[in-house]
Amino acid sequence: MNALYAELHWLPRVPADFTARLKALAGSPAPLGRELQALALHALDLNQLTRVAKAMARARGAGKSLDPLAPFRLAILSNATVEMIVPALEASAARHGIALETILPPYDQVAQEALIPNSMVNSSKPDAVLFAFDYRSLPLKLTLGDEEAAAGVVEGAIGYLEALRNGIKAGCNAVCIFQTFAPPAEPLFGSLDRALPGTLRSLIDRINLRLAEFVLGSGDVLLDVAGLAETVGLAEWHNPQLWNMAKFSFSDELIPLYADHVARTVAALRGKSRKVLVLDLDNTVWGGVIGDDGLDGIQIAQGDARGEAHLAVQRLALELRQRGIVIAVSSKNTDEVAREPFEKHPEMLLKLHHIAVFQANWNDKATNIRAIAEELSLGLDALVFLDDNPVERGLVRQLLPQVAVPELPEEPAFYARTLAAAGYFEAVAFATEDLKRAGFYQDNAKRLSLQKQVAGVDAYLASLDMTITFQPFDATGRARIVQLINKSNQYNLTTRRYTDPEVVEAENDPSVFTLQVRLADIFGDNGMISVVICRSGDPETWEIDTWLMSCRVLGRKVEHMVLRELIEHARAAGIKKLVGTYKPTDRNKLVVDHYAKVGFTKILEEESGLTRWEFPVNGEAPEAAPMKVVSLFAPAAEGSLV
Amino acid sequence: MDNMQIYARLTDIFHDVFDDDSITVTPELSAADVDGWDSLTHIRLILTVEKAFKMKFSTSEIGKLKNVGDLVDLIGAQAQPR
Repeated sequence: MNALYAELHWLPRVPADFTARLKALAGSPAPLGRELQALALHALDLNQLTRVAKAMARARGAGKSLDPLAPFRLAILSNATVEMIVPALEASAARHGIALETILPPYDQVAQEALIPNSMVNSSKPDAVLFAFDYRSLPLKLTLGDEEAAAGVVEGAIGYLEALRNGIKAGCNAVCIFQTFAPPAEPLFGSLDRALPGTLRSLIDRINLRLAEFVLGSGDVLLDVAGLAETVGLAEWHNPQLWNMAKFSFSDELIPLYADHVARTVAALRGKSRKVLVLDLDNTVWGGVIGDDGLDGIQIAQGDARGEAHLAVQRLALELRQRGIVIAVSSKNTDEVAREPFEKHPEMLLKLHHIAVFQANWNDKATNIRAIAEELSLGLDALVFLDDNPVERGLVRQLLPQVAVPELPEEPAFYARTLAAAGYFEAVAFATEDLKRAGFYQDNAKRLSLQKQVAGVDAYLASLDMTITFQPFDATGRARIVQLINKSNQYNLTTRRYTDPEVVEAENDPSVFTLQVRLADIFGDNGMISVVICRSGDPETWEIDTWLMSCRVLGRKVEHMVLRELIEHARAAGIKKLVGTYKPTDRNKLVVDHYAKVGFTKILEEESGLTRWEFPVNGEAPEAAPMKVVSLFAPAAEGSLV
Repeated sequence: MDNMQIYARLTDIFHDVFDDDSITVTPELSAADVDGWDSLTHIRLILTVEKAFKMKFSTSEIGKLKNVGDLVDLIGAQAQPR
């Protein structure tokens, strides 16, 4: 069974406190909609979905409001057992912002319920009726090789569905949702089944085509169950044992997937589909980091496996744009640097004119995404945010829970498929106006000035459970130290490049203070993310020769912690003053205010933009950030350093 | 896998399937003793057990189950290397 689909891998894993949060619902004051939706927004299995549905039922029983979930009444007509599916539908609907109420007539009463005006379904006045039929509900007779008879069987089946539809339209005028039919996995002839008129496969193929035409023409809604079954595989979809035992028309393991698809369709009917795709750039739209790797270093070329994975993301974004989805960008980058690949890289499919709002700056992404929504005059619940970095995803999910943020697998080749599988942009109809919609936003593309941060970033950082580890240079870290020194462009104060032997020299020179910094958090180990080299300059002074950091950990106050560590070692070594230099390049504008921000005083400014800064070691160190500090320095090393 | 381990995992499964953390899983426990243990929930229980223990039961094996003790025996038998 493909786990992406069977286990809804675009949703985050079920949290450890799931049961506790479910229980807490009973005691919490209404309305419960937001918390129910938050719980449902995890990759729940059938039992967990059922538990959420039970909690909803209890809340309803206690007269509690489910606001802001939008009420929707769905009647289900089926030839199979759907009782086990119903709770999954209700919980999945909550995931999509819908408070679903289901109307379920007794087993196998399909024709009576549709055709009799005062039947249970018709008199309950549902918003929609789902015809949850599988192929076994249809009057299908094999008419092998007989074209005319086969056409008759197809018309008979369509006529039956049409009659049921007309009954519902006359009885309660609800929207009708028809399912295409998943053919059985077992062939009769073999490959010939597809070609020969009157085989089960051929009949079902034709019925599906005719049904799709009929639905497009009548204004009803199609749920492509055949497509879903093809995606996961017919042998996985059909489980003959479960059909025999309990009349389940498909495998229990696919109930969460099916239920999510029904819920998407209902949400689309209520206008809740998403309208904007917000893309991260580095390692999402292209492989690598443009600020560090440069135009020639990022991976985006055809023929390069990694590059093709990111091209697939671009292609999907472009196709979504073609059908009216607005594309925006949120990237932690200097604006000019982030625009460079769009303007200059020949293999980029996405161009600047495709992007309605382009936000490249060093603010946190929650602030940027809010600005994008404001710029487009759309609610946050219209946005989907695609980012390879789990920390950014977690931040946006926590601070802006209305934004849909898919989980992504390790392998970029599966990014596009995962985004598509999540079905954020489900639509029940397509109008030619949709083709133009993305263009309406075109002229608005501009950078926004952002002052205020979204509240709660600090609390989120604390929840990351970070551990920062400081060490002097050593043989184990050397390869990565050399790599960082030679690759980092953006968060790099002096951009001095050193070879391996030069780094060894610094490592062994007692007059040089070296620092390698690692950072771990709940998402895993980020590895080495910062490097500092201080050389003895004037008496009792350390000259900060090199200070660089990986942009991946930007905004986590790592630089404050590094300075605190520096101060401590400087004091121990009898140093009175730290002196730092900012040497501008065309890549490191990000750190022009670095020294000012951490508390240094400017002592020099040259024409070239080079600035010099100093910090008295007995001065006030920056405030500690919420992380655990591990300092791995041999005590003896300090004394020898002057 | 010994019976102790099977009962421990079954307890979690029962709590999850029946949405009730107060259920004590004993060999004698049967559908009559648990609120909501109807034929459909029974199937959900069996399917959850199959998934959790990574095994499949035949229709006739499922049909013969009378209580938790039978279920534990069935799991134990399949867990044996054959």
